[in-house]
Amino acid sequence: MRAHRYRKSSSVLNEFNARIHGGIVAMLIMSALLLGRLFYLQVVNADYYQVRAENNRINVTPILPNRGLIYDSKGTVLAKNYSSYALELLLGGTDDPDRVISGLADLIIISDEDRRRIEDALRVSSRFSNIVIRDDLSEEEVALFTSNAYRFPEIQLSAQLYREYPYGEITSHLLGHVRRVSEADLQRLEQKGLKTAYTNSDWIGKVGIEAFYESTLRGQLGLNYVEVDSRGTEIRLLDRQNPISGQNVVLTINIALQQVAYDAFADQNGALIALDPNDGSVLAFVSKPGYDPSYFVKGLDTTTWQQMLDSIDRPLVNRASSGVYPPGSTLKPFLALAGLEAGLRTPAWSMWDPGYFSLPGSNAKFRDWKKGGHGQVNMHKAIVESVDTYFYKLADELGIDTIHRYLTRFGFGAKTGIDLPSESNGVAPSREWKKRRFGTPWYPGDTISVGIGQGYNLVTPLQLAVATAGIANGHSLVQPVLTKAELDPTFKKDSTSITPTRVRPLLMSPQNVKVLQKAMEGVMRPGGTAANAAAGATYTMAGKTGTAQVFGLKGEDYDENTIDKKLRDHALFIAYAPADDPTIALAVIVENGGHGGSVAAPIARKVFDAYFKSQP
Amino acid sequence: MAIFHWIKTELTKTLDGPLVALIFTLFVISLGMLYSSSQGDVGAVLTQANHFAIALVLMWVVAKAPLEYLSRLALPLYLFAVVLLILTALIGEESKGAQRWLDLQVIRIQPSELLKIALPLMLAWYFDRYERVLRPINYLVAALLLLVPVALILRQPDLGTAILVFASGFFVLFFAGMSIRIFGFIATLALLVMPFAWGLLHAYQQRRILMLLNPSADPLGAGYHSIQSTIAIGSGGFLGKGWMDGTQSQLNFLPEGTTDFIFAVIGEEFGFVGVLLIFLVYALLIWRGLKIAAQAPSLFSRLAAISITMTFFIYVFVNVGMVIGLLPIVGVPLPLVSFGGSSAATVLLGMGVLMNFRANRRIVQT
Repeated sequence: MRAHRYRKSSSVLNEFNARIHGGIVAMLIMSALLLGRLFYLQVVNADYYQVRAENNRINVTPILPNRGLIYDSKGTVLAKNYSSYALELLLGGTDDPDRVISGLADLIIISDEDRRRIEDALRVSSRFSNIVIRDDLSEEEVALFTSNAYRFPEIQLSAQLYREYPYGEITSHLLGHVRRVSEADLQRLEQKGLKTAYTNSDWIGKVGIEAFYESTLRGQLGLNYVEVDSRGTEIRLLDRQNPISGQNVVLTINIALQQVAYDAFADQNGALIALDPNDGSVLAFVSKPGYDPSYFVKGLDTTTWQQMLDSIDRPLVNRASSGVYPPGSTLKPFLALAGLEAGLRTPAWSMWDPGYFSLPGSNAKFRDWKKGGHGQVNMHKAIVESVDTYFYKLADELGIDTIHRYLTRFGFGAKTGIDLPSESNGVAPSREWKKRRFGTPWYPGDTISVGIGQGYNLVTPLQLAVATAGIANGHSLVQPVLTKAELDPTFKKDSTSITPTRVRPLLMSPQNVKVLQKAMEGVMRPGGTAANAAAGATYTMAGKTGTAQVFGLKGEDYDENTIDKKLRDHALFIAYAPADDPTIALAVIVENGGHGGSVAAPIARKVFDAYFKSQP
Repeated sequence: MAIFHWIKTELTKTLDGPLVALIFTLFVISLGMLYSSSQGDVGAVLTQANHFAIALVLMWVVAKAPLEYLSRLALPLYLFAVVLLILTALIGEESKGAQRWLDLQVIRIQPSELLKIALPLMLAWYFDRYERVLRPINYLVAALLLLVPVALILRQPDLGTAILVFASGFFVLFFAGMSIRIFGFIATLALLVMPFAWGLLHAYQQRRILMLLNPSADPLGAGYHSIQSTIAIGSGGFLGKGWMDGTQSQLNFLPEGTTDFIFAVIGEEFGFVGVLLIFLVYALLIWRGLKIAAQAPSLFSRLAAISITMTFFIYVFVNVGMVIGLLPIVGVPLPLVSFGGSSAATVLLGMGVLMNFRANRRIVQT
């Protein structure tokens, strides 16, 4: 057998053996490197990587809760949910959502508003969350999509709950509406630490009761923990945390009365608040015109939105609690009470009315609405016939500081605290207010206009109604409330009753209040400015008319038949009934309606009639 | 009975018991992990068993061949492999942007795999032949013999195979006694050339290297493999999630779980303990290889044996290194565990060579 050369003494062999040891050392070092890294990954950081593996595997999908229903005080449903279909874009499914959506647009109408909302959602959404493309599909659209679904593997048809308001525009300003959350909403929620409570295809109450009671109505998101594979395909349900339905809310509103009040405005715009003067429960809350809230639920297109914003009737403004108006003569009973309380007037004190009033040392004339005047006038007559001259003089003698003090006591110039968002303060003018607002001092002439509710004063219909309730009950300023209970839909929890939280005493003498109550009853009797509106009523009423100037043209030049409708006077009326034991108080304003007695008072009469007919 | 015994000894007498035992241990691990990471695909397991069977036959043939055949075959085999490589560059099939396969009508082969065994044999033979008269020029020729095929493989491009082929040649040069100073010089030169070599790399190779430096920069793109395999291994923890229970592999978050990334499946399902055990098997195998090399009967066999053994280590090191995010992803399988026929065949050819040396160690010592 032929042997290979093999020499033990070879220098090559010695070198070879030395280098094997070097090789072993190198391999040990490299192995230690690998094992060190593996130890770091699997022993030191195992928890961290286990969490990351779980995040890979588990997809948490939200389940929207049922939103609480809204009822009126008699149990009529004012806001409910119905189920319908939406088209959703599965975000794991496509790299090019624009292409998918424009392909779908050939089949199903996608509005500009929808497109804008989708763009917003695409910007903020995470990898596996779905985005709503179109809401509330019609049956035809569902059928059309279903037969073409194979073309759109990235789009899914999903059953959803939608909000419906059976009374539409009649309750629009009261209830507000829900909308899909916007990017801005999500940012706001994030600041409040509530972001995880909402998904980006979620609903949120935007205005009205829906917004104020959002946390009550909303309920709690449920969560599905789904195991998914690397492509987002669902493998199995790991766990489910059921959503908690929102609480139902029961309003103090009587929807039948609300309907009567809304209809009583006919084609005119304005607001009406009716409440129980004893506890502040709001019975009717009307702001006309309303709007169709379903536009917002189904997604508003740009044209309709622009029309709503541009409309001269401003349908999106809640006139009842956010609109401010000069109170006109409806302010007189409150000023008269201030005169009595301040000790400057007695019921019997009287003056001669020549048809105008001038400040001492001035020739400028503040005219009464009645040419030639009312003759000898005491407080009762001043209210019943709404004598301007009497109140010019009274205001001048009281001075703005005292007037401000008493008007504030009736709640003017401050929010009533009703359970609605964005209530206006109105203005109860004072020296400081004028200084702050205009930077000018208060002039005596300013006070004279305030005397007939025509100066710097501005009130919301709601403030006026609350102040009227104060005279009606004779002792307290109530806090108006719209809700009387929150109900658990599953009846597992007791319902929570809501009682008025703040009742502030008026701190006025009962006899003095009585004088004004009698005077306001006189307004409704023959000879009073609203006598016609009370004719034939089976109950007694007390009230006060007002006509508020919109445009400074009063006097000889004003002719309501020729002047532009938008510049015509607002008609106002405040009232309560029955006069001796009131159960309802209200304030009405009819924008550009003309005279309070002839336009606003009949609306109040219709509301009273409906109210007392329904009462046993 | 006697005949049966004769067949048994004839069949197995040149096989090395410890190596065979370790190889079969790896087979079991491979088939078990394959069944898991293919989510119970019996077909894949059977295919791999078939690969192993063919590779075992090759190993057996090489182990049984007379020792001098190996040294005689070294030069022709090397030339044959280089010619095939050149042919591949000229008329090879292109797939996934790389030209690695050669279709010879009868058989479709990847010539670069052949080099893993042909190159160390060639260089070992070369040094053996010039042992008495070694001059610097011999090292230069050896370096050329090494660099030509490596350059051809890099051109394909196939960085992983190029690294392994280079390593196999490098180890021969190193253990043949090439001066450390020359290695230092070459290494310095390589560092200087690196910026230019960078420009020669394909865009996807550049991306993979950059990605290694910062995998989170592009978590769904180039870094995806690295991040997901790191998560798989890390989440396995100390004891692992259990066989068939690895979420990363079973839900397909881990790419290439049956081939290059099968180590991540082991790490996820059997944890640090499983990793230590498979390291132990590899360590024993390498230890056996080193022992065979040290006792080998000639310079040729010593150099070939040490190169095969150390290259096997590099195989494991590069694969594990890339799976755990220490090295760029270069496409090197885990030897004898990853799914694939050609890798198993070349590795077992190498084992056959080792066994041959083992069986013939006494020939000249007595």
